[in-house]
Amino acid sequence: MNHQQLIISGVGGQGILFITRLLAETAIAKGFHVLTSETHGMAQRGGIVISHLKVGDFSSPLVRPGQADGLLALKPETVPLHRHFLKPEGWIVANATPRAIVEAEHPLATMDADSIALAMGNPQAVNLMVLGRAIAQSSRLFCTATEVEEAIQRKLARKKGALDGAMAAFRAGLGAAP
Amino acid sequence: MRNTGLPDQDVTGETLSWRLFLDRIDPILMQGNEAIARALVENGCVIATSYPGTPASEILSGVMAWQKAEGLAMHVEWAINEKVALEIAYAGSQSGLRTAVAMKQVGLNVASDPLMSAVYLGVTGGFIVISADDPGPHSSQTEQDSRLLAMLAKIPVLDPDSPGQAQEMVSLAYELSEEFQVPVMLRPTTRVCHACQDIQPAPVKKLGRTADFRKDPSRWAATPNFRYRLHLELNEKLARMAAYGPTAPRRLNPAAHAKKAIVASGAAAGHAREIMKNLGLWDNIPFFQVLQPYPLHGEFTTEILRSFDEILVLEETTGVIEMQLRDRDKVRGKLSGAVPEAGELLPELIEGIIAGFAGVTVPAVPQPPTGGGRRPTLCPGCPHRASFYAIKKAAPKGIYPSDIGCYTLGANLGGVDTVLCMGASVSQAAGFHHAYRVTGEERDVVATIGDSTFFHSGIPPLIDAVSQRSRFVLVILDNSTTAMTGNQPTPAVPLAGGVPVEISSVVEGCGVRFCKTGDPLDLPGFTRLVKEAVEFARKDSVAVVIAKSPCLVDRNRPKQERGQVEVDVTCTGCRVCTSQFECPALVFDEATKKVTTDLLICSGCGVCLDVCPSRSIKPREGKP
Repeated sequence: MNHQQLIISGVGGQGILFITRLLAETAIAKGFHVLTSETHGMAQRGGIVISHLKVGDFSSPLVRPGQADGLLALKPETVPLHRHFLKPEGWIVANATPRAIVEAEHPLATMDADSIALAMGNPQAVNLMVLGRAIAQSSRLFCTATEVEEAIQRKLARKKGALDGAMAAFRAGLGAAP
Repeated sequence: MRNTGLPDQDVTGETLSWRLFLDRIDPILMQGNEAIARALVENGCVIATSYPGTPASEILSGVMAWQKAEGLAMHVEWAINEKVALEIAYAGSQSGLRTAVAMKQVGLNVASDPLMSAVYLGVTGGFIVISADDPGPHSSQTEQDSRLLAMLAKIPVLDPDSPGQAQEMVSLAYELSEEFQVPVMLRPTTRVCHACQDIQPAPVKKLGRTADFRKDPSRWAATPNFRYRLHLELNEKLARMAAYGPTAPRRLNPAAHAKKAIVASGAAAGHAREIMKNLGLWDNIPFFQVLQPYPLHGEFTTEILRSFDEILVLEETTGVIEMQLRDRDKVRGKLSGAVPEAGELLPELIEGIIAGFAGVTVPAVPQPPTGGGRRPTLCPGCPHRASFYAIKKAAPKGIYPSDIGCYTLGANLGGVDTVLCMGASVSQAAGFHHAYRVTGEERDVVATIGDSTFFHSGIPPLIDAVSQRSRFVLVILDNSTTAMTGNQPTPAVPLAGGVPVEISSVVEGCGVRFCKTGDPLDLPGFTRLVKEAVEFARKDSVAVVIAKSPCLVDRNRPKQERGQVEVDVTCTGCRVCTSQFECPALVFDEATKKVTTDLLICSGCGVCLDVCPSRSIKPREGKP
């Protein structure tokens, strides 16, 4: 797969920029061109934050409605807000508690990343868990779990503590697949 | 501080330096602002200045990182405001060095005074004025088009479509600036600044220049008489720049032939190319990308109007290219009504416009839901939340002018009545006081301004207020950083090597007779302090309270372990804490009709203990 459009959304402070850039760096390491679009500024103060990620030959950093292959929702509430970006055959991976009701016409995988992150004592790691959960949906993403782990290692090479926490979170997401 | 984004950790020098070391050959992921920063360093920029503002903030932090990584002798500074930033960089250019100043579009309003004049005088070393626009707007007061200000100033402006093209245009801008001895504007937009792309770094050019200011008072200190001659010279330069080859429009699909053509610049050009390919129009309709929207190349203008019957122009945010194509019968754009004149040109919008222009049909675009989402709010534990709560208690019937920064979000708490522009809270507070006083009523006025914004443009109105005996309270929300734009330094907390300027000394130096500092996280004590200030302002003159407490998201702040809170069974579900205090870590549970703590985000500031009417919020047991 050398061509992919993704939407990653949640609220400010959840580390959406971090996983968007991580995936973008994974794409570059695989020799792909990449374009992303980030949310900065006031919305980062707890408002809805959305990243667009396009891997392959594109000239616009924005995904048009109806064109995205996948949606990574770090809050269940962004599923209804952003599912219009998906293609008819697109998929959703959402962070949601078992209590949360998430309605979607597209194939949906969920995990309760908030509870797992709290239990692991790493509340900042929800983003990497959801990414792990998405990768566990085999063959849906342009990259493999190993390629993402290599990108995490490059990105956090100088920050041992953060690296260990990040790898643990990512693997928890990988393992959360039913 | 102006609105902007948190810096990603990638913009820190340490991370960049190892990336550079490891990936010198390979392309690396760079944000548009980082690509601009990299290109400034590559092209021998020696002085770079900026005041932070979304979407431009990461340019200067990027320059600092690349300077450190490359070990270069440069002066890189976060200036007190955009006017000062521009003047410092301009003097470097007068000394023959390559320099640059970066700001957001409304910052250019502040810097427009020196810019207008500098254009007449011209430059010696290349000088780039980077003004980042924010169509949408996403994080700004206006959608103003800096290219119009370039027209007003009579300087050339380059309009990149992507991080990669922004990198290329920095080099082009320096060549253009030195060829014609004028400042050159680079005008990225949010979708360039905050896009990331794989970018190939180029080696740093060693220009080996030393400062060499050549005295020429008839030019550098020109009197009105000489200014007329300089204006004539500038007009001549503009005519030549409109024929300058390297910045001429590019025809990107020479094989396409039709009686219709599409002309685009900036981010809209990137969207349009992709859409034309998706719609199968790339081989049919000629596409021209304008690199330099002003002055528009004369030969291009003549040729395109002669060759085509219909021309669609796609650009943000005003019809700057369109208004220079002087044929209202052939040109479709913002002035003709074919393209909206406000808001961002999103690709789905451009798709419909291009399809209509080409006469093809496209499937209906899936629509976003109406409503939903959540509004931004002050962070859990933010000291500003406590300050606003105290102000409302101290002056419940007051008027609350505020300013530009995170604390604009105090509007959610009912603590912000007006937001105009940087520094206006102070002058507006004076204006409200005088308006009520002269018409026979006394009204408490409590203004709020951040520490960085106070330095930026709050000081002259404070001196004015003292000298005019205005009576209001000014609360300076001092979190020791420029928070919303990503924690840049302020004059009170400068980078290593700087000399700190104390806010209280400045306030006292302005002649203010009541200036006291308090910690807003001590809610009862701080509320008493604001009440004291309100009493002083009623009787005497302007009173200043400095609300001093650090920003919680400032990575430079030492980490402090604080215990979290929990809500016990006595919670009455009155919702004072969620509606009037609006801490995102306090969540009303519809099932139990009680409030719970979101332990993922509670910072443990403990202010809510004093907010809860039933005293049901307690320190959480057994946890640090």
